[in-house]
Amino acid sequence: MNTIVCLKQVVDPELPQWDFAIEPATKRQVRTGKPLVISTYDENALELALQLKDKAGGKVTALTLGPVGEVKDAVRLALAMGADEAVVVDDTNAPQLLASDKATILAAAIKRVGTFDLVLTGCESADWVERAVAPFLAEALGASCVTFITRAEPNDGMVTVRRTSEEGFHVVEARLPAVLSVTSDESIRPRLPKVKDIMGAMRKPVQNWTRADVAGGSAAGVAGAQGVEVREVAVPQRTTKCEFLDGEPAQQVQALVERLQTLKLI
Amino acid sequence: MPGIFVVATALEGTLGRSALELVGGARALAGALGLEVSAAILGHGERLAGAAGQLHEVGVERVFRCDHPSLTAGQSDAVLAAVDPIVRKAQPDVVLVGADTVGREVAPRLAYRLGAALATEVMSLAVDGKAIVAKRQVYGGRAIATLAITSRPAVITLKPRAFDMPERAAVKGTVENVSVTIDPASLLTHVRELQSERAEVGLDDAEVVVGGGRGVGGPDGFKLLADLAGVLGAAVGSSRPPADEGWVPITWQIGQTGKSIRPNLYIAVGISGAAQHVAGVSGSRTIVAINKDPEAPIFSLAHLGLVGDYRQIVPALIARLREAKGA
Repeated sequence: MNTIVCLKQVVDPELPQWDFAIEPATKRQVRTGKPLVISTYDENALELALQLKDKAGGKVTALTLGPVGEVKDAVRLALAMGADEAVVVDDTNAPQLLASDKATILAAAIKRVGTFDLVLTGCESADWVERAVAPFLAEALGASCVTFITRAEPNDGMVTVRRTSEEGFHVVEARLPAVLSVTSDESIRPRLPKVKDIMGAMRKPVQNWTRADVAGGSAAGVAGAQGVEVREVAVPQRTTKCEFLDGEPAQQVQALVERLQTLKLI
Repeated sequence: MPGIFVVATALEGTLGRSALELVGGARALAGALGLEVSAAILGHGERLAGAAGQLHEVGVERVFRCDHPSLTAGQSDAVLAAVDPIVRKAQPDVVLVGADTVGREVAPRLAYRLGAALATEVMSLAVDGKAIVAKRQVYGGRAIATLAITSRPAVITLKPRAFDMPERAAVKGTVENVSVTIDPASLLTHVRELQSERAEVGLDDAEVVVGGGRGVGGPDGFKLLADLAGVLGAAVGSSRPPADEGWVPITWQIGQTGKSIRPNLYIAVGISGAAQHVAGVSGSRTIVAINKDPEAPIFSLAHLGLVGDYRQIVPALIARLREAKGA
């Protein structure tokens, strides 16, 4: 089973609100000086890939698109967790790209990596949340597509996955090769690398490609991003003023029920 | 010229609320752009017959109906195979798709095939000159991005519950049956099993929702919240940590990644108020927060705040509500 996992590095989404700011020039979150981490669900995707490899063997390639200087930590962590090799497509403009442009570049890079059975992504990025990279990749690569999955069992040219749905989950059979987007689940909580794995990761191969190295040197765009312009990114101001109901629990509850009755909510 | 085209999936035999919300979104654009609204109903079975009438009721004149045995719950590839030729023939300027399990797989792939602009998870639509102005949450709900969509065609997915149900505006419309050829054997994916974890009161339609967070401490705490919900006739939901920890089914998750809700009353228990969660509840009319930390960010969103241990407050609240009901 050859699996390619797409990893994105984002500003730590757990940063406190007061440390969150939008850069007017790029209309994106300020990155300079902020801690960068692998986007939440991308780590679950990597964990799922590693579990499949633990069970049935094969190779896991970590693929990332971003400014080469910024993605080093993500690459190192992916290799320490157990990825066999990493490919970095260097693009200083990557943090500003929308899903369709990212997917075009990633698809070209995947074609250059070679044959694969599975491509895994996170179900959404912690920053732009378009949820569109996996379906775009599936189209560009001629592969099947299932999103928001938590489990995958390959079997005889197919992969059986568990997809989260509005009501519960769907068990879906997808033909290989498949592009799957992964959401979180207790069964795929990202592993913590041991010291020896961190040391071993130093010796694993990392390929650095430029955008010209993929897509045959052309920066041709695709569907999607043309015609979509980000006009503004604004932090909403909260105007609600909370009224605290004080006292012992019995008093608090009495006050609450009275207020809810006045508001005709109960 | 169809103009705005609504992909109205009826994969469980009837139109869902999301499909009608799309009509609400379409009508928000249609007037300002001077375009007509049309819709394709996709599904299978006898109950499909009433769906066209439902769309005429809310002002959609031209309705295409596509009935095929492969168009059932979760079958994204069948939906894509059906929609692709219909859209190519109709050549709309804008295609609206619900950002649900099937829609979020279908919409980007349709955009790719049509060479269309794509905007996903949109929460409001407006028109500025020739541009469609779409707003959506980014950065886990910490910020709102305003997108200007200038090229056509455009595929736009609407976040469920972000748009109101359309008001009644009955028209005498038309229905065209469209036959599509879908060879089930050629589809790359196939849904083998559907598992429902739906609670007695669904989060989607509940007027009152009780939500629990990491502060609830474990599955036992959620039993207490379920008791509270029982008294209120409410649905129970959670922020991300309880779903990640497996204390509650993932379908209970409310927030950027989970469901968006807009109940009249939301009671947040042991929820700190991370942006990820706030993104899904900020449309609630009244928010009550119960948390032991007076500095928790949830209190900057809540209308009414109770600082204290929920293990004391919630049982007292249940008792007081029962008393009030009995009175």
